[in-house]
Amino acid sequence: MLTIPRDLYDKIVAHARADHPDEACGVLAGPAGRDRPERFIPMTNAARSPTFYEFDSTEQFGVWQEMDDRDEEPVVIYHSHTATEAYPSRTDISYANEPGAHYVLVSTRDADQAEFRSYRILDGQVTEEPVTVE
Amino acid sequence: MAIEVRIPTILRTYTDGAKQVEGTGSTLGELLADLDRKHGGLRDRLVDDGGLRRFVNVYLNDEDVRFLAGLDTPVKDGDTVTVLPAVAGGAS
Repeated sequence: MLTIPRDLYDKIVAHARADHPDEACGVLAGPAGRDRPERFIPMTNAARSPTFYEFDSTEQFGVWQEMDDRDEEPVVIYHSHTATEAYPSRTDISYANEPGAHYVLVSTRDADQAEFRSYRILDGQVTEEPVTVE
Repeated sequence: MAIEVRIPTILRTYTDGAKQVEGTGSTLGELLADLDRKHGGLRDRLVDDGGLRRFVNVYLNDEDVRFLAGLDTPVKDGDTVTVLPAVAGGAS
Protein backbone atom coordinates (compact mmCIF):
# COMPACT_ATOMS: atom_id res chain seq x y z
CA MET A 1 0.00 0.00 0.00
CA LEU A 2 1.31 3.44 -0.89
CA THR A 3 -0.05 6.34 1.14
CA ILE A 4 0.82 9.64 -0.49
CA PRO A 5 -0.09 13.23 0.32
CA ARG A 6 -2.25 14.90 -2.34
CA ASP A 7 0.29 17.63 -3.06
CA LEU A 8 3.05 15.11 -3.79
CA TYR A 9 0.72 13.10 -6.03
CA ASP A 10 -0.12 16.28 -7.96
CA LYS A 11 3.55 17.26 -8.27
CA ILE A 12 4.48 13.89 -9.75
CA VAL A 13 1.68 14.08 -12.32
CA ALA A 14 2.58 17.70 -13.16
CA HIS A 15 6.22 16.72 -13.65
CA ALA A 16 5.27 13.84 -15.94
CA ARG A 17 3.04 16.15 -18.02
CA ALA A 18 5.72 18.85 -18.19
CA ASP A 19 8.38 16.46 -19.52
CA HIS A 20 6.07 14.63 -21.94
CA PRO A 21 6.95 13.24 -24.47
CA ASP A 22 10.19 12.44 -22.65
CA GLU A 23 9.98 10.22 -19.61
CA ALA A 24 10.07 12.10 -16.31
CA CYS A 25 11.68 10.63 -13.20
CA GLY A 26 12.30 11.42 -9.57
CA VAL A 27 12.17 10.49 -5.93
CA LEU A 28 9.98 11.11 -2.92
CA ALA A 29 12.13 11.07 0.20
CA GLY A 30 10.80 10.36 3.67
CA PRO A 31 12.13 9.73 7.19
CA ALA A 32 14.00 6.43 7.36
CA GLY A 33 11.87 3.48 8.41
CA ARG A 34 8.53 5.34 8.39
CA ASP A 35 7.36 4.53 4.84
CA ARG A 36 5.93 8.05 4.51
CA PRO A 37 6.85 10.11 1.46
CA GLU A 38 7.35 13.76 2.43
CA ARG A 39 9.82 15.49 0.12
CA PHE A 40 9.48 15.84 -3.65
CA ILE A 41 12.75 15.53 -5.59
CA PRO A 42 12.30 15.70 -9.37
CA MET A 43 15.41 14.39 -11.13
CA THR A 44 16.94 15.14 -14.51
CA ASN A 45 16.39 12.32 -16.99
CA ALA A 46 19.94 12.09 -18.32
CA ALA A 47 18.67 9.89 -21.17
CA ARG A 48 16.11 12.54 -22.25
CA SER A 49 14.20 9.87 -24.10
CA PRO A 50 10.54 9.05 -24.70
CA THR A 51 11.23 5.42 -23.81
CA PHE A 52 14.12 5.40 -21.30
CA TYR A 53 15.12 7.23 -18.16
CA GLU A 54 18.25 7.33 -16.11
CA PHE A 55 19.17 9.55 -13.17
CA ASP A 56 22.23 11.70 -13.79
CA SER A 57 24.90 9.97 -11.70
CA THR A 58 26.33 13.11 -10.08
CA GLU A 59 22.87 14.45 -9.28
CA GLN A 60 21.94 11.06 -7.83
CA PHE A 61 25.00 11.13 -5.56
CA GLY A 62 24.04 14.55 -4.22
CA VAL A 63 20.45 13.49 -3.54
CA TRP A 64 21.43 10.22 -1.87
CA GLN A 65 24.04 12.04 0.25
CA GLU A 66 21.46 14.61 1.31
CA MET A 67 18.94 11.91 2.22
CA ASP A 68 21.61 10.21 4.29
CA ASP A 69 22.46 13.48 6.08
CA ARG A 70 18.76 14.02 6.84
CA ASP A 71 18.20 10.44 7.93
CA GLU A 72 15.82 9.87 5.03
CA GLU A 73 15.43 7.15 2.46
CA PRO A 74 13.94 6.99 -1.04
CA VAL A 75 10.33 6.00 -0.27
CA VAL A 76 9.09 6.40 -3.83
CA ILE A 77 10.99 6.19 -7.09
CA TYR A 78 8.75 7.42 -9.88
CA HIS A 79 8.94 7.69 -13.64
CA SER A 80 6.54 8.10 -16.51
CA HIS A 81 5.67 6.14 -19.62
CA THR A 82 4.60 8.45 -22.36
CA ALA A 83 2.91 6.11 -24.84
CA THR A 84 2.31 2.90 -22.94
CA GLU A 85 0.54 1.82 -19.78
CA ALA A 86 1.69 2.64 -16.27
CA TYR A 87 3.05 -0.85 -15.70
CA PRO A 88 6.73 -1.80 -15.12
CA SER A 89 8.51 -2.95 -18.26
CA ARG A 90 11.19 -5.63 -18.29
CA THR A 91 13.78 -2.84 -18.18
CA ASP A 92 12.06 -1.28 -15.16
CA ILE A 93 12.14 -4.61 -13.38
CA SER A 94 15.78 -5.38 -14.13
CA TYR A 95 16.98 -2.00 -12.88
CA ALA A 96 14.82 -1.86 -9.75
CA ASN A 97 17.59 -1.84 -7.16
CA GLU A 98 16.02 -0.14 -4.13
CA PRO A 99 14.22 -3.00 -2.42
CA GLY A 100 12.51 -0.74 0.10
CA ALA A 101 11.04 1.69 -2.41
CA HIS A 102 7.58 1.96 -3.91
CA TYR A 103 7.96 2.15 -7.68
CA VAL A 104 5.39 4.59 -9.03
CA LEU A 105 4.54 4.67 -12.69
CA VAL A 106 2.61 7.44 -14.34
CA SER A 107 1.37 7.19 -17.91
CA THR A 108 0.88 10.36 -19.91
CA ARG A 109 -0.37 8.57 -23.02
CA ASP A 110 -3.75 10.26 -22.59
CA ALA A 111 -3.66 14.06 -22.62
CA ASP A 112 -6.56 14.41 -20.18
CA GLN A 113 -6.31 11.49 -17.80
CA ALA A 114 -2.99 10.51 -16.21
CA GLU A 115 -2.66 6.95 -14.92
CA PHE A 116 -0.88 6.65 -11.56
CA ARG A 117 -0.04 3.20 -10.20
CA SER A 118 2.36 1.86 -7.61
CA TYR A 119 4.36 -1.37 -7.32
CA ARG A 120 6.84 -3.23 -5.16
CA ILE A 121 9.60 -4.84 -7.22
CA LEU A 122 11.59 -7.44 -5.30
CA ASP A 123 13.91 -10.05 -6.80
CA GLY A 124 12.43 -9.53 -10.23
CA GLN A 125 8.83 -9.90 -8.99
CA VAL A 126 6.31 -7.12 -9.52
CA THR A 127 3.42 -6.71 -7.09
CA GLU A 128 0.94 -3.93 -7.69
CA GLU A 129 -0.31 -2.17 -4.58
CA PRO A 130 -3.22 0.14 -3.85
CA VAL A 131 -2.55 3.89 -3.69
CA THR A 132 -4.21 6.03 -1.02
CA VAL A 133 -4.07 9.76 -1.66
CA GLU A 134 -4.60 11.76 1.55
CA MET B 1 45.83 2.21 5.08
CA ALA B 2 42.07 2.14 5.03
CA ILE B 3 39.57 3.32 2.51
CA GLU B 4 35.95 3.47 3.54
CA VAL B 5 33.55 1.90 1.07
CA ARG B 6 29.80 2.60 1.34
CA ILE B 7 27.63 -0.26 0.19
CA PRO B 8 24.07 0.19 -1.13
CA THR B 9 21.22 -1.83 0.38
CA ILE B 10 21.02 -4.26 -2.50
CA LEU B 11 24.68 -5.33 -2.13
CA ARG B 12 24.69 -5.75 1.65
CA THR B 13 24.05 -9.47 1.27
CA TYR B 14 27.76 -9.66 0.42
CA THR B 15 28.85 -7.77 3.52
CA ASP B 16 26.69 -9.48 6.16
CA GLY B 17 24.43 -6.45 6.19
CA ALA B 18 27.17 -3.88 6.72
CA LYS B 19 26.53 -0.53 5.02
CA GLN B 20 30.19 0.38 5.25
CA VAL B 21 33.31 -1.75 4.89
CA GLU B 22 37.03 -1.01 4.65
CA GLY B 23 39.59 -1.97 2.08
CA THR B 24 43.05 -1.20 0.82
CA GLY B 25 44.64 -0.60 -2.54
CA SER B 26 46.28 2.18 -4.49
CA THR B 27 43.74 2.11 -7.33
CA LEU B 28 40.01 1.47 -7.41
CA GLY B 29 40.68 -1.83 -9.20
CA GLU B 30 43.01 -2.98 -6.42
CA LEU B 31 40.53 -1.86 -3.79
CA LEU B 32 37.73 -3.90 -5.39
CA ALA B 33 39.99 -6.96 -5.57
CA ASP B 34 40.77 -6.50 -1.88
CA LEU B 35 37.08 -6.21 -1.00
CA ASP B 36 36.31 -9.31 -3.02
CA ARG B 37 38.77 -11.31 -0.89
CA LYS B 38 36.83 -10.34 2.23
CA HIS B 39 33.35 -10.27 0.66
CA GLY B 40 33.33 -12.88 -2.07
CA GLY B 41 31.18 -12.11 -5.09
CA LEU B 42 30.97 -8.37 -4.47
CA ARG B 43 33.40 -7.46 -7.25
CA ASP B 44 31.36 -9.31 -9.89
CA ARG B 45 28.39 -7.07 -9.14
CA LEU B 46 30.51 -4.01 -9.93
CA VAL B 47 32.83 -5.12 -12.71
CA ASP B 48 32.45 -7.12 -15.91
CA ASP B 49 34.76 -7.82 -18.88
CA GLY B 50 34.43 -4.26 -20.04
CA GLY B 51 35.36 -2.65 -16.72
CA LEU B 52 32.90 -1.01 -14.33
CA ARG B 53 29.36 -2.22 -15.00
CA ARG B 54 27.16 0.15 -16.95
CA PHE B 55 24.38 0.61 -14.43
CA VAL B 56 26.44 0.76 -11.27
CA ASN B 57 27.77 4.14 -10.13
CA VAL B 58 31.01 4.28 -8.17
CA TYR B 59 32.17 7.55 -6.65
CA LEU B 60 35.52 8.55 -5.22
CA ASN B 61 34.58 11.06 -2.54
CA ASP B 62 31.94 13.00 -4.50
CA GLU B 63 33.04 12.32 -8.07
CA ASP B 64 31.78 9.61 -10.42
CA VAL B 65 34.91 7.61 -11.26
CA ARG B 66 33.78 7.47 -14.90
CA PHE B 67 34.94 11.09 -15.02
CA LEU B 68 38.23 10.19 -13.37
CA ALA B 69 40.15 7.08 -14.46
CA GLY B 70 37.63 4.31 -13.92
CA LEU B 71 39.23 1.27 -12.34
CA ASP B 72 42.65 2.95 -12.62
CA THR B 73 41.57 5.86 -10.44
CA PRO B 74 44.11 6.27 -7.66
CA VAL B 75 42.73 5.92 -4.14
CA LYS B 76 44.38 6.65 -0.82
CA ASP B 77 43.95 6.39 2.92
CA GLY B 78 41.08 8.54 4.11
CA ASP B 79 39.16 8.43 0.82
CA THR B 80 35.56 7.33 0.71
CA VAL B 81 34.29 5.21 -2.16
CA THR B 82 30.50 5.05 -2.54
CA VAL B 83 28.58 2.55 -4.65
CA LEU B 84 25.07 3.36 -5.85
CA PRO B 85 23.09 1.27 -8.33
CA ALA B 86 21.99 3.48 -11.22
CA VAL B 87 18.30 4.36 -11.17
CA ALA B 88 17.02 3.68 -14.67
CA GLY B 89 14.31 2.04 -16.68
CA GLY B 90 11.66 2.97 -19.17
CA ALA B 91 9.00 1.71 -21.47
CA SER B 92 11.49 0.18 -23.89
